[in-house]
Amino acid sequence: MRVDEKPIYEGTFTVTGGNFDNAGEVSSNIKSVLKRMGLSRDVVRKASLVAYESEINIVSYARKGMIRLRVVPESILIEAIDEGQGIADIELAMQPGYSTATDKIREMGFGAGMGLCNIKSFSDTFLISSEVGKGTYLKMIIKTNNRSLNS
Amino acid sequence: MDLASIVKALNLKVKSGEDKLNTEVRGGYTGDLLSDVMANSKEGDLWVTRQVHQNIVAVATLKDHAGIVLVQGSEPAKDTLEKAMKEGIPILISDLSGFETAGRIYNLLSKKTA
Repeated sequence: MRVDEKPIYEGTFTVTGGNFDNAGEVSSNIKSVLKRMGLSRDVVRKASLVAYESEINIVSYARKGMIRLRVVPESILIEAIDEGQGIADIELAMQPGYSTATDKIREMGFGAGMGLCNIKSFSDTFLISSEVGKGTYLKMIIKTNNRSLNS
Repeated sequence: MDLASIVKALNLKVKSGEDKLNTEVRGGYTGDLLSDVMANSKEGDLWVTRQVHQNIVAVATLKDHAGIVLVQGSEPAKDTLEKAMKEGIPILISDLSGFETAGRIYNLLSKKTA
């Protein structure tokens, strides 16, 4: 994605840590935005999953955070930025099934240790950086397969 | 096969989405881990689960599921039902276990396509 490229859509969505009641709302909004642009179902499906898992991670492990969405004709950029506990060992966190989720989180069906793996496998580009006690930054790019888009 | 036929065959209790029972059910998925359902279920699936909290509605909406079947006679939480009504997601209750519910739905769907 070129930095100077004028986006078709650009938006920031706030996510509140610990608020499981509304978890998924930001992803639903992102899905609606992408659907309206006339992107293929497959691309919308991938981006919705990436947004959802990122949102659930912020709700589960951070005080607060945001998801930034930027769409250009060739790709969708999703960034998840949070202020929270951060991840001590990213390699370990990326292992399927590894999770530091509390029992409360697991009871709801979250914390299966699949979130980051899912994000990685559904994105074309995936970057993660984190600082313990500060927060985590995720950057995902999903290619749109150059379909014509409605702005 | 539409949702109404499955509701009738399994004697499911319809808690929301009464106006969506003509929805075509293309397949099914069983799971209580939301990430698993997000990654592996498909559009048009009927999702069988024992989770009853409101996050199941977000998952079903994001994945364009035909509906959610709660097993073992589990009632949806109050806010789950409110959200399902708002989003137009059918929530159905089965008195059977998850195993039996999924098995019966599988049989119905495979008979139809055989």
